[in-house]
Amino acid sequence: MGTDLFPPPLPTRDHALVLLRQMLLIRHFEERCAELYTQQKIRGFLHLYTGEEAVAVGVMQALDPRDAVVSTYREHGHALARGIAPGAIMAEMFGRREGCSGGRGGSMHLFDAATRFYGGGAIVGGGLPVAVGLALADRMQGRPQVSCCFFGEGAAAEGEFHESMNLAQLWRLPVLFVCENNLYAMGSALSITESSADFTRKASGYGMAAGAVDGMDVLAVENSARAAVQAIRAGNGPFLLEARTYRFRAHSMFDPELYRSREEVEHWREHGPLITLTRRLREAGLFAEEDFQALTREVEAEVEQAVAFAEAGTWEPVEDLCRFVYSEVERA
Amino acid sequence: MALITYREALRHALAEEIQRDENVVILGEEVAEYDGAYKVTEGLWKKFGDKRVCDTPISEAAFIGMGIGASMLGLRPVMELMFWSFATVAWDQIVNNAGFVRYMSGGLINCPIVIRGPANGGTNVGATHSHTPENMLANIPGLKVVCPATAYDAKGLLKSAIRDNDPVMFMENTLLYGEKWEVPEEEYVIPLGVADLKREGTDVSLIAHGRAALTALKAAELLAAEHDISAEVLDLRSIRPLDEEAILRTVRKTHRAVLIEENKPFCGVDAQISSLLMEKAFDDLDAPVLRISAIDAPAIYSPKVEVKQLPRPTDVVAKVLSLF
Repeated sequence: MGTDLFPPPLPTRDHALVLLRQMLLIRHFEERCAELYTQQKIRGFLHLYTGEEAVAVGVMQALDPRDAVVSTYREHGHALARGIAPGAIMAEMFGRREGCSGGRGGSMHLFDAATRFYGGGAIVGGGLPVAVGLALADRMQGRPQVSCCFFGEGAAAEGEFHESMNLAQLWRLPVLFVCENNLYAMGSALSITESSADFTRKASGYGMAAGAVDGMDVLAVENSARAAVQAIRAGNGPFLLEARTYRFRAHSMFDPELYRSREEVEHWREHGPLITLTRRLREAGLFAEEDFQALTREVEAEVEQAVAFAEAGTWEPVEDLCRFVYSEVERA
Repeated sequence: MALITYREALRHALAEEIQRDENVVILGEEVAEYDGAYKVTEGLWKKFGDKRVCDTPISEAAFIGMGIGASMLGLRPVMELMFWSFATVAWDQIVNNAGFVRYMSGGLINCPIVIRGPANGGTNVGATHSHTPENMLANIPGLKVVCPATAYDAKGLLKSAIRDNDPVMFMENTLLYGEKWEVPEEEYVIPLGVADLKREGTDVSLIAHGRAALTALKAAELLAAEHDISAEVLDLRSIRPLDEEAILRTVRKTHRAVLIEENKPFCGVDAQISSLLMEKAFDDLDAPVLRISAIDAPAIYSPKVEVKQLPRPTDVVAKVLSLF
């Protein structure tokens, strides 16, 4: 399955604007995060998703609210697209109690039980077995859900990737593995970290269905993810979707980006997800510049509300630090 | 009361909890068709079927992580590690996911998983298969650690561990699997975090966990028979939560403490207990707190030598005598 075999259908205008708005929200939210980081409002590690928005937004369209999502340390986009309130995410990065993880996780450890967002797994590869387990529980408890696991291509060098692929396929568990291939594992290019850079072939090695998609094209991602999720829900076992994408910004806020050229980054920016979608919509007559301006104003306001919410947040009293280390509920 | 083995006691606990709660499922290497590498799960697959007892590949990181993920949605997986030594390849899952998900989710996501298997030396299987990681795991806030010494304790603690809402690391002992103890027919559970006074005494407290508690009991018999010393034996049973009150109670009674563990001494469980006694029972002590642990080297294979690497009753006796 790939974009050539499944050219994405043109969306309705309303749906297109939903996709565009979500990508814009992620873009503006994270640009604001970068500013807030330099102002030291946000500390610790901050990994921005800028450039990769089409993957989170496209894939999330294919999931229903009861499906489980497992993500990585570069997960603001997934969390926003999943529907966690921007204020709760921003407050988390501010370390406030009102954050989605109560200020205990920070940027890399977003959790939200209500939207079934099970991390924020900040150890590379560590989320894959968890997603397999979420799928196992859904199956054992008779729920028709899919567990969706995002991970970077760097995780494919971890043993947990291979073990999870084997286990998921062996037991034909309903997992959508989404490999976000942004070509660099931190500062190391794919060519110096992977013996074979074709991730769909890795899936084939386990007998797992797989496909690659242009991760800069949200319509293609959505289309591929919908097909994959449909196949999984039909009982065909897990699926690996490789989304070929690119991160426009540095790995983290401490990365001087000496491993790639400005020209390369510029090339990818010209093929970014916002440009790709708006160009297509404009050509189809579904979109005008005013739409872009209006949506931008909307998401900017939403981001400022999120910042205000975070600013107004409170600190967890240090006396409470040992709460929820262990269950406060008596034995089942 | 029936006399049953430690292994049977574990098996009965598993069977009872599988029948009690439809969310309980056993997962691990060779637990189903093979009946368990150490036969703890013998017969359970035949009785309860594929949905409750499942063989996994030799893939500890993935299957432990899978159990953790499944527990977040309400399953109560009981994961068998063929040896606790193999936890090293699943360390990230146990520490970062099982240990921390509740905390980092602000208490909204539970991880009611049990990871069980043998954790002991003394069987001539060498350094890689003889780990006793109770101290390492108890160092992780969010994990609970249990080390039963008898069949009675093994059954009651395993049932509690399965019902507990937190991840419980349950450490058994291959040298005890075939040993028999009296175990009641009727159902019982033993709460986690409650030590057991296995022998009353007045002159010295022997504080131990796991098989070392049995070593302490044998030493207490020798001390009574040969040296007229009345030793009290406190079996911790749980390492975390730790029953600090029981430890302080016995030391305040006997005023002397000898701590015994089969774990390595450096940063061992008994270092924690020594610190507790220093802080909270200093004025009650008539003698320094002494420790006996495994000799501080990786487990040796050589059968004639390994038996001396672990604490023996005579070692405990000698240590106690040095206090008088």
